[in-house]
Amino acid sequence: MLRIKNINTFYGQVHAIKNVSLHLAEGEVVTLIGANGAGKTTLLNSLSGIVPPKTGQILFNETEINNLAPHKIVRLGVSQVPEGRQVFKPLSVADNLELGAYLNYKIGGSKIESKKDMELVLELFPILRQRRKQLAGTLSGGEQQMLAIGRALMAKPRLLLLDEPSMGLAPMIVQEILKVIANLSREKKTTILLVEQNARAALKIAHRGYVLETGRLILEGTAEELLENKDVQRAYLGRDKKEIWER
Amino acid sequence: MLCKIMMKEKRQILIFALFALIILLVPLFLKGNYFLNVLVFIGINTLLAVALNLLLGYAGQISLGHAAFFGLGAYVSGILTTRFPVDPWLSLLIAAACAATLAFVIGFPILKLKGHYLAMATLGFGIIMYIFFNETVDWTGGPSGLSGIPNLRLGPVIFDNDLNNYYLVWIITLGVMLLSINLSQSRIGRALRAINDSEVAARVMGVNARILKVQIFTVSAFVSAIAGSLYAHTMTFISPTSFGFNFSVELLTMIIIGGLGSIYGSFLGAAILTMLPEFLRVFRDFDIVIYGLMLILITMFMPSGLIGGLEALFKIIAGKIKWSAARNV
Repeated sequence: MLRIKNINTFYGQVHAIKNVSLHLAEGEVVTLIGANGAGKTTLLNSLSGIVPPKTGQILFNETEINNLAPHKIVRLGVSQVPEGRQVFKPLSVADNLELGAYLNYKIGGSKIESKKDMELVLELFPILRQRRKQLAGTLSGGEQQMLAIGRALMAKPRLLLLDEPSMGLAPMIVQEILKVIANLSREKKTTILLVEQNARAALKIAHRGYVLETGRLILEGTAEELLENKDVQRAYLGRDKKEIWER
Repeated sequence: MLCKIMMKEKRQILIFALFALIILLVPLFLKGNYFLNVLVFIGINTLLAVALNLLLGYAGQISLGHAAFFGLGAYVSGILTTRFPVDPWLSLLIAAACAATLAFVIGFPILKLKGHYLAMATLGFGIIMYIFFNETVDWTGGPSGLSGIPNLRLGPVIFDNDLNNYYLVWIITLGVMLLSINLSQSRIGRALRAINDSEVAARVMGVNARILKVQIFTVSAFVSAIAGSLYAHTMTFISPTSFGFNFSVELLTMIIIGGLGSIYGSFLGAAILTMLPEFLRVFRDFDIVIYGLMLILITMFMPSGLIGGLEALFKIIAGKIKWSAARNV
């Protein structure tokens, strides 16, 4: 479904993504793990067109998207949940969700249809139904993350890009959100690219994973393989500090 | 839920209808032309404030050069009707189209900038236009101004007295206010507020932020130029000092004092900033001190503008009444 071939992305002179190639098959959950500054977010921003890559090629269902503007990429069915949630704080929860359907309206989808989509999202995150009229800025961090995911789903994506959904959240909330993500893939067959620092949690729900380090892909494999891998264990799962990380 | 949204829309329409009714009935209770004349200016300033509010209050893009579009509207209309035999209504449309075209062309490079840089760029634009009005003496009359601009007329009605001008200006202003309120409730309005809050998030939602910003800038310039043209035809005389940097800042003050993002706030801000100097005249030389002090106090104690302040006050009073009612029972 998605194929990235040798892309290079720069911030001015800084070479942030170096010759990265990866692929996602239809219905897969793939996670991208790595430390701070490894380039995970940049890779997602390259995919969604916010920071287009300088060289290389990105194919989404055989369409080249590396030179397209962000709104055209969204229209093709790629939806991003940006890092740090970025919900529209002065807008109500309902308005935030309707914004997610911004392009659907335009292409001729009816209001009724977007109401239906909203119902689906509210079923997925029941807490948002209670909060519907509240301003998004007054929600808790976990609720904002659910809203950000719900908002992205309103665009009816075929590929969902999730940028650190666990950022700054309590472990219990992280579990809840990851459960929803796993459900999305199982029931709705949504293809998901999940960027995470919380490698253990991400690998538990993913089919495959890639490890990114200072702009380069250094490892790839199935989730089980990566969980077993000695280097991954030491670097990202804290193998030698088991007593601290695991209850 | 759909029903509730309808209710909300109905209430909005009701509020607007009430507002429009009051505005249209005001002249019946006024004696003397002086105050009516001030009200005409409030109408023109409200139109400008609403235009700037679309840009700054909705989309979050600052402009320190909006007086330039106001001036462009006034001058294009003035020059076309004094030097060429162009009908004033046609000149009004041409003036608005000119400003919109200019805004569209400069909007693409300028609106790529953000924050202080955007402020600087629009400031520069305003100054260039001011110099242009001042220096092209053959066309604009330079510093001594352009006089003898004809009044607008509609059939037998000539808009040459304050009462007629009042209705001319306010009907257009009310129309633009209604459209703006409507816009804020629409899908585009939501997208603009999204850009205001987080441009990146808006873009990954599929909002074409670059084009949308240019579009709202163009609409804002179009409305400002209509205000300029109305100003020229009602005053029949224009000079560059009305369209300088000071006026751009005054417009900005109006919408911030009134309440960013609120159309009625734009009206309140325009009304107060237009009337205040008239009322403060009794203080003679100290008027500017009191004027400044009032602005400081409003921004300190009503950070979301007069509209927000009034709402908060209303809530406090409503709460007190409820509380005392509960105590009495």
